[in-house]
Amino acid sequence: MDRPLRLITASPVDRLARTLEALLVVASQPLSAEDLAVAADDDVERIETALRLVADRFAEGRSGIVLEHVAGGWAFRASREAAEACGRLFERPVERGLSAPGLETLAIVAYLGPVSRPEIARIRGVAADSVVAGLLERGLIAEAGREDGAGGAIRYRTTPLFERVFGLESLSQLPRLDDLGESTDEIRTRLETVAERRPA
Amino acid sequence: MVVRELELDLDAFEGPFDLLLTLVLKEELDLAEVDVAGIVVAFVERLAERGELDLEACGEFLVLVAALLELKARGLFPDEEAELADLEPEEAAEELARRLAEYRRAKEAAAWLAERLEGEGDRFFRLGPAPLTPKVERRLADQEPESLAVALRLLAAEPPSVSLAHLELRFPPVSQFLERFRALLSRRRVFDLDAEVEGMSRIEQAVAFLALLELRRSGEVALEQAAPFAPIRVSRAEAVVERRDEWIARSA
Repeated sequence: MDRPLRLITASPVDRLARTLEALLVVASQPLSAEDLAVAADDDVERIETALRLVADRFAEGRSGIVLEHVAGGWAFRASREAAEACGRLFERPVERGLSAPGLETLAIVAYLGPVSRPEIARIRGVAADSVVAGLLERGLIAEAGREDGAGGAIRYRTTPLFERVFGLESLSQLPRLDDLGESTDEIRTRLETVAERRPA
Repeated sequence: MVVRELELDLDAFEGPFDLLLTLVLKEELDLAEVDVAGIVVAFVERLAERGELDLEACGEFLVLVAALLELKARGLFPDEEAELADLEPEEAAEELARRLAEYRRAKEAAAWLAERLEGEGDRFFRLGPAPLTPKVERRLADQEPESLAVALRLLAAEPPSVSLAHLELRFPPVSQFLERFRALLSRRRVFDLDAEVEGMSRIEQAVAFLALLELRRSGEVALEQAAPFAPIRVSRAEAVVERRDEWIARSA
């Protein structure tokens, strides 16, 4: 009699884990536990248990495929040790040629979004039109309504793709702005120092 | 050193400084897109290469760049001009510091993102053919198919044909007059052209005259005109010959 290879036990959670693997392998974007629950026709709690099992199987150093929690969901990606080989086959087009102005604009949208182009221009001191268009094209930001009032400027926010490219579980993983850069007080002090040094 | 010939290589513009100024003044280049700091850097680098301080060039450059900056500031903050003008110097300094801090934070956040990107560059994942960007729904108001039909019907109507009447010039054939004049001459030895063509159109009169010249060329008629603009008298050719014979006889 033919005996199947019994590497994996056939417990109900195990069966669910295999269903999740199947769902994740056909998905082109991260799936939340809720998405998976609907597709697998099971409850979220059991899905989360099964996900831990899948995450254990598909972990760095154990498999060429790794399960990660990213952009508010779960997704498979290549293991980091295979990155070089993947890089020879594909490039990561989304971030190719992402310029310093692009990153600055992206940071403003990520932190202050939804935010309009005039607001971005005010903060950066340079018009944001072409940079915003570039980020839209890459799919890193998307339209998110308009400012109040008639003819209000279009506002933008970052997309799940942004979180995925930057390996963020969600925007809340961004460091607090207060932890970055100098405070207003420090800048004012420096301005005053420069002003005092200037001959009258 | 000629400031206006300063070669620039900016994101928004590549070429000499005076072309940039021209384009900006003609509003063909949006100054808001121009990195003025980049221009300053290019100038300073050029200055450093020369190793001597060209005061005249520096002065000219300062004036031009200051004007550019003012134009750019006006363009970027059209609404805030009035608002900022009302600020006391101290408040203005406060506002400036606040803005600088805001920008500094954005720069720091960008640096953090760049670092993150560097660290995450070895994460390869599958991307569907469509980007993950959620589609923005643009809803149209309810439309009546009938109004589309009305609009199309208007467009589909045959346009009125343009009248070419004013372009039309009808030339009667010369032969018509040839025959007519020959017939006339078979009945009468002499006739006045003016009397024959009276009441005809200008074109017809011209063709009639051409026919007459044709008859003269072939020696069928003789033409006489007492004075300029006097009636043209047409006579059968043998009449001329006869008269010439007469003249020869008389003079002999």
